[in-house]
Amino acid sequence: MNIELEGPAFVVGDDINTDYIISSTRKKETLDPGLLKAFLFESIDPGMASSIRAGAILVTGRNFGCGSAMEVAVTAVVAAGIRAVLAQSFARTYYRNAINNGLIPVECDTRGIVNGAQLHVLLDPAGARVVDRTRGCEVAGHPLPAIMLQILSEGGLVPYFRKHHDFVTP
Amino acid sequence: MPGKTISEKILSRASRRDARAGDLVVCDVDVAMGTDASVPMALDYFEQMGATRVFDATRLVFVFDHYAAAPSAATFPLQARVRAFASRHGVVVYDCGEGVCHQLMVESGRTRPGGLIVGADSHSVTGGALNAFATGIGSSDLAATMISGRIWLKVPDTIAVTLTGRTASGVFPKDIALALAGRLGADGAAYQAMEFDGPGASDLEVEDRLVLSNMSVEMGAKAGIFRADEKTASYLASRLHGPLDPVEPDRDAVYARTVNIDLSEIGPVVAMPHQVDHIAVIGECVGIPVHMVFIGTCTGGRARDIRQAAEVLFAGGRIAPGVHLVIAPASRQVETSLRVDGTFDRLVSMGATILPPGCGPCCGTSPPVPADGANVISTANRNFKARMGRATASIYLASPATCAASAVTGRITDPRECGEALR
Repeated sequence: MNIELEGPAFVVGDDINTDYIISSTRKKETLDPGLLKAFLFESIDPGMASSIRAGAILVTGRNFGCGSAMEVAVTAVVAAGIRAVLAQSFARTYYRNAINNGLIPVECDTRGIVNGAQLHVLLDPAGARVVDRTRGCEVAGHPLPAIMLQILSEGGLVPYFRKHHDFVTP
Repeated sequence: MPGKTISEKILSRASRRDARAGDLVVCDVDVAMGTDASVPMALDYFEQMGATRVFDATRLVFVFDHYAAAPSAATFPLQARVRAFASRHGVVVYDCGEGVCHQLMVESGRTRPGGLIVGADSHSVTGGALNAFATGIGSSDLAATMISGRIWLKVPDTIAVTLTGRTASGVFPKDIALALAGRLGADGAAYQAMEFDGPGASDLEVEDRLVLSNMSVEMGAKAGIFRADEKTASYLASRLHGPLDPVEPDRDAVYARTVNIDLSEIGPVVAMPHQVDHIAVIGECVGIPVHMVFIGTCTGGRARDIRQAAEVLFAGGRIAPGVHLVIAPASRQVETSLRVDGTFDRLVSMGATILPPGCGPCCGTSPPVPADGANVISTANRNFKARMGRATASIYLASPATCAASAVTGRITDPRECGEALR
């Protein structure tokens, strides 16, 4: 079960809570991630959402996704075309929601990764690796337990449950 | 083998194996809860997963508290869809105005000592006050639990939080929780459980323990658990039938670390905008003007909290001109008890606005929304920028007594001064 992808870094800071990812006031108007993606990170900078390119890899600091467990904070990120999030650490609910929606969370040392850096991310049962082609260096990420890697590689919890109808031991 | 923490024991029981910190286990869930903010998405996932029935309707609870009453044209249909699903599958719904989900989960006797509770809302950790392993999940996990009755969990290691000493007059559980957040930081307990113990923990009433368990997620904790004792049993006596099956930690349980808190050293504190762990002692922030005071939520909206605030307001005898005091009781039971004893009548006659039970104002999902540039002091648990629906507002978090003292003067005020200074 290997997962591999490549894309440009989109860098945000530390302690980005889910309200900063997508304001909870927005979800009383719609739950459609295709519409919500226009409001990503608006509390930090209203112009930020329009500068996210599909295929980008979100690069963050400590405690990414803290606060509410609301899942639109993941689905809106996925709708913007982001396929992976790198963080020094995640809030556990964001980490779970990311895996369940096929958004690849990698816990690694993100210091020094600059906005726009070309990144190559590789996940396998032994661990995670992030190659920063711009700086020409590689950092190791924490490995994912088998069940998380399986849910991710099957595309998220929806395809996983359609296939298995329950949690199975990988 | 070494002994086990409360979390290791509960998750061993729920997974029917010898679960130790770091293990990944699939557990049977006792009760799964969702709200009007999380169930609508869970129903999307449920349908996409190809499910047609729930594993056991009696172990599911839906609560309408984020949009109580529905504040927008888009939210009413969300609730209608959840009502229809619940009626078709036989799931209980606490409808708008019945209370905040976390209060109802403890008040209704659904949170059992030693049980495993999952809730699609981050403050589901509140149930740890009753010795349950209670934790927050998202909507997709809720859907999977609705189908299977199960969830995968990584068994957390545990921070032992030992409380000693007694709090001084004017110092409340919210001050303890905020002081702890200041000390550990917003990710100081990330992926970990917190176990509250020591004589200071035994002294706390159940309603006080709920404040600490509730705020444990503000340090990133997966659960914030107390032992069950005679106070737990007495709280549950009228709410829960059958023998209790509480869980104690082993004497030789292994902890990631121990944090000692001497309660006598804690004074009133305030979380400054816009981070919960940005803690100032009250003396550093007295005098900051406030325009809105909010007393409510799953942290500070119980009868005990509101009575603590009312005592200060009655001593002060007024709400300062230009201050909007908004009170949202955490449940209908709370509301009724404060109506019956006349507390709400007196507060209304002073100019307070009493909202129906619910949690919307705390996270901007229901009104009132603070004005641009307003300062709000609140008994809630989060003060993120734009949290209450206005990015230019500043939110300060404090105890009910500090919030009330600030309502009396119109500026952040030390509640210990309300005896004389407020008159």
